Amino acid sequence: MSAPTAAPAAAPGGRRREKIDELAARAGALSAGAGGESLFRSAVRRLRRDPVAIIGAVIVVVFLVVAILAPFLAPRDPYAQTLLSEVRQGSIPGAREGFPLGVDQLGRDVLSRLIVGSRQSLVIGVVSTVLGAAVGMVLGILAGGLGGRVDTIVMRFVDILLSIPGLLMAISVSVLLGANQLSLMIAIAVTQVPVFARLLRGSMLVQRDSDYALAARALGVKRRKIVLGHVLPNSLSPVIVQATLSLATAIIEAAALSFLGLGDPDISRPEWGAMLASAQSVLSVRPELAVYPALCIIVVALGFTLLGESLREALDPKFRR
Amino acid sequence: MLRFIVRRLLQLIPILLGLSILLFAWLRALPGGPALAALGERATPQRIAEYNEAFGLNEPVYVQYLKFLGRAVQLDFGTSARTGQSVTSEFFLRFPGTIELTLFAMAFAIGVGIPLGYLAAKKHGGFVDNASVIGSLLGVTIPVFFLAYLLRLVFAVELGWLPGSGRQDVRIDATHITNFYVLDGLLTREWDAAWDALTHLVLPGVALGTIPLAIIVRITRAAVLDVVNEDYVRTANAKGLATTTVRNRHVVRNALLPVSTTIGLQTGLLLSGAVLTETVFAFGGVGSALRQAISDRDYALLQGFILILAVVYVLVNLLVDVSYGLLDPRVRTR
Amino acid sequence: MSGVQVPQTPVLEVEDLRVRFQRRGEPATLAVDGVSFAVAPGETVGLVGESGCGKSVTSLATMGLLPKRGVQVSGSVRLDGQELLGAGDRTLRRLRGKDMAMVFQDPLSSLNPTVTIGVQVTEVLAAHRGMKGDAARTEAVDLLDRVGIPDPRRRLGEYPHQLSGGMRQRALIAMALACSPRLLIADEPTTALDVTIQAQILELLRDLVQGSGTALVMITHDLGVVAGLCDRVHVMYAGRIIETAERRDLFARPRHPYTGGLLHSVPRLDSGRGTPLTPIRGSARDTIPWAQGCAFAPRCDVAEDDCLVEVSGSEVELVPDGGTRELRCRHPLTPATQTAGAPS
Repeated sequence: MSAPTAAPAAAPGGRRREKIDELAARAGALSAGAGGESLFRSAVRRLRRDPVAIIGAVIVVVFLVVAILAPFLAPRDPYAQTLLSEVRQGSIPGAREGFPLGVDQLGRDVLSRLIVGSRQSLVIGVVSTVLGAAVGMVLGILAGGLGGRVDTIVMRFVDILLSIPGLLMAISVSVLLGANQLSLMIAIAVTQVPVFARLLRGSMLVQRDSDYALAARALGVKRRKIVLGHVLPNSLSPVIVQATLSLATAIIEAAALSFLGLGDPDISRPEWGAMLASAQSVLSVRPELAVYPALCIIVVALGFTLLGESLREALDPKFRR
Repeated sequence: MLRFIVRRLLQLIPILLGLSILLFAWLRALPGGPALAALGERATPQRIAEYNEAFGLNEPVYVQYLKFLGRAVQLDFGTSARTGQSVTSEFFLRFPGTIELTLFAMAFAIGVGIPLGYLAAKKHGGFVDNASVIGSLLGVTIPVFFLAYLLRLVFAVELGWLPGSGRQDVRIDATHITNFYVLDGLLTREWDAAWDALTHLVLPGVALGTIPLAIIVRITRAAVLDVVNEDYVRTANAKGLATTTVRNRHVVRNALLPVSTTIGLQTGLLLSGAVLTETVFAFGGVGSALRQAISDRDYALLQGFILILAVVYVLVNLLVDVSYGLLDPRVRTR
Repeated sequence: MSGVQVPQTPVLEVEDLRVRFQRRGEPATLAVDGVSFAVAPGETVGLVGESGCGKSVTSLATMGLLPKRGVQVSGSVRLDGQELLGAGDRTLRRLRGKDMAMVFQDPLSSLNPTVTIGVQVTEVLAAHRGMKGDAARTEAVDLLDRVGIPDPRRRLGEYPHQLSGGMRQRALIAMALACSPRLLIADEPTTALDVTIQAQILELLRDLVQGSGTALVMITHDLGVVAGLCDRVHVMYAGRIIETAERRDLFARPRHPYTGGLLHSVPRLDSGRGTPLTPIRGSARDTIPWAQGCAFAPRCDVAEDDCLVEVSGSEVELVPDGGTRELRCRHPLTPATQTAGAPS
């Protein structure tokens, strides 16, 4: 029905219409914009125009670079209790030449500990999110792809997991597995599992009932092929968004678990949550010692949140213009 | 409506059963198992063996589970290894404090959050809007216990405006009937005691309420922005109704639907979020007891508390669903 | 430029209305570009065009319902001689619902889902006629009865989702007519409804308007609606009126190629079997700015080079075209070409 914008010049009567068509093509190009772009490309295009996304991305990139290059960036040995001799009850030396952010209650350089600590936060965030997302997605695919009784059983299980508030769930898992870093990551991952499972199932159900899936079924395409080839890839964008947001929650939750004494038992290892937790005891002496790691956690969590939120908007067809 | 409630109650049964299985398995999976949980860390092997015999822990697993379930239904979760008290009585001794704290936190979050969210949406793109968007982002990224320490340091330690620990000044010799200290003060007409208990709620309540505040602001703002563009608001304007009528009857009433769900969910989550805040403020509620139980490895208490809190959480969610039905006629009259 | 001669003082006079949308970071778009028309008491006027032609924006601008931010409205809109553009919010609220009312396209989304039909009807009575309590309820029952809603007393306590689509639209019409407005604007009132219901709603609108002296502006893309209801028709394209005529005239002798195209793309019972429908080429997006030439030229089968400003040196104006007609076209259809593809 609809002719392309630059219609061929063979109009009835063979009149000279090139000029008109050319003008129309130009005007059409102005208004068309998102016409035949793929979802992904238009998302990227909109992300690049979105200041929120840029701020988020910059924070995340800086965080990644610092975490990866930490050993080279840290000015001092984060374990060395260099200024321990100057630490007294009720007095910790402040910032000075060579120690721009001062030292902690064991006389260790705070800046170096923050820089090296970024690695732990990155590892905790990534491992727990990947773990949680992987298990959650398997459950989600089972429920959303197979449907029927499998769906019922899986979703009941997910509902049971969801009926324990996240923090309590993490505490239970942590207590069960003992206080160490791996159990910390598993504990956080477990709280993420039901979220991912529900999300993927929900979005797969929407896709499964969509017209294109129906059309494919009508054409006799096998169910497995429809689910894996069409429904799943189209359902992934909320999962990607959630994963970005989960990185932020994982880092915050790790700090909370550290505070509750469920973190890494090796407290000499620099980690933001543990640093924040241990600084509480000297809060009235040197509040900065808590403020620095807290700021790191806030900024990085903010970065992932901003990126995730703008990703959500960019991928949501509702916001497309 | 009644059928709706009954159906939701029936749906709870498998969830509660699943929960009990999960926590039963949890205790058994612990190194040392239930005996260690009941007797504490320093129990001798001989005492453990005696305990296992006495409490039927050598029986088949399903028998043990059924017995556990039978006791759980009667709210018997054993005794705390630390205090020797029954876990259930420990819980209900401390739960009123947590409820008070949660209600205060929610009142704070709702009282500030909904007007702020509405204002932000009204002045979309303006200063209040941008500030509230940034603020609500910070609210969800700031570690709660850090915020709690900060508030305590500034307002209790440095400025001394508000009490920074406990539920009531120990010098006040208050009568406690219900263990809701504010309520007790009102019931016994000990106004000082009530007021003192209330001031003790302020700092932990604000700290605890920050996350729900941030979320309520966000949801309210988004909901108002959505609703303002709805066709029925245009209809209301086309009918020439007064601005206040349009706002109250057509915008706010519909915008509150998603907000009410959020409020319910957050209330449930706060009951567990209190673990962090109560610890910082040495607030004698369920949360600080949980924290204590973690360091004491008081497994029986952990198991009981987590199970009861999860059940409360599930019930609060049910309440949310029902109240949503009351607010939204589309659900109610289906 | 001014409207066509009408027998009585018009209820609504729209003159040179322009609506410009300006979104941050995007070029401004002129959704309505110098539209003028008038509606006399008891008259029904159709604004016809494809989606995006500016007809709905025209109606919202008339009612003062366009958002304030990013929208510039200029020209003049007078209701019974009173200027509405630039009038304060309070003045407009006093007029809306009382002297001018509007019925929208989607009756479900146009009704508040959480408020009963009764409240949504009585709130108009409370706002403009000061009616409260039982008096308002009795009047509301009366109104619902008048628009053909069975068992109106019970409906008052029901919510929109409990009513059928047709009933909802009837309820909206009842609200619009609650204060016997001088002007009623119906924006695609039947588009969202089943075909059988469409006819009933149109009939209802006609019955209600006839005899009450209410001026009705019918906004539609559906020439069938126009054929059954309107006295005069304004055909819009890309924000401008391109042809104006009495309904009978327009159907018998379409002059603008676009109007002709619209007529030929509608299936007709009286055309012979096998007569092909001839759709208009392209879509409403394939347009050029009026400043460069006739916006319809890219889709027009009879366009010539002088349809472009570049060639002719002037924009295509809306000019009188015999009798009460007006036309914006340099190469209008003639009796020979009018019937092409549609024998009558």
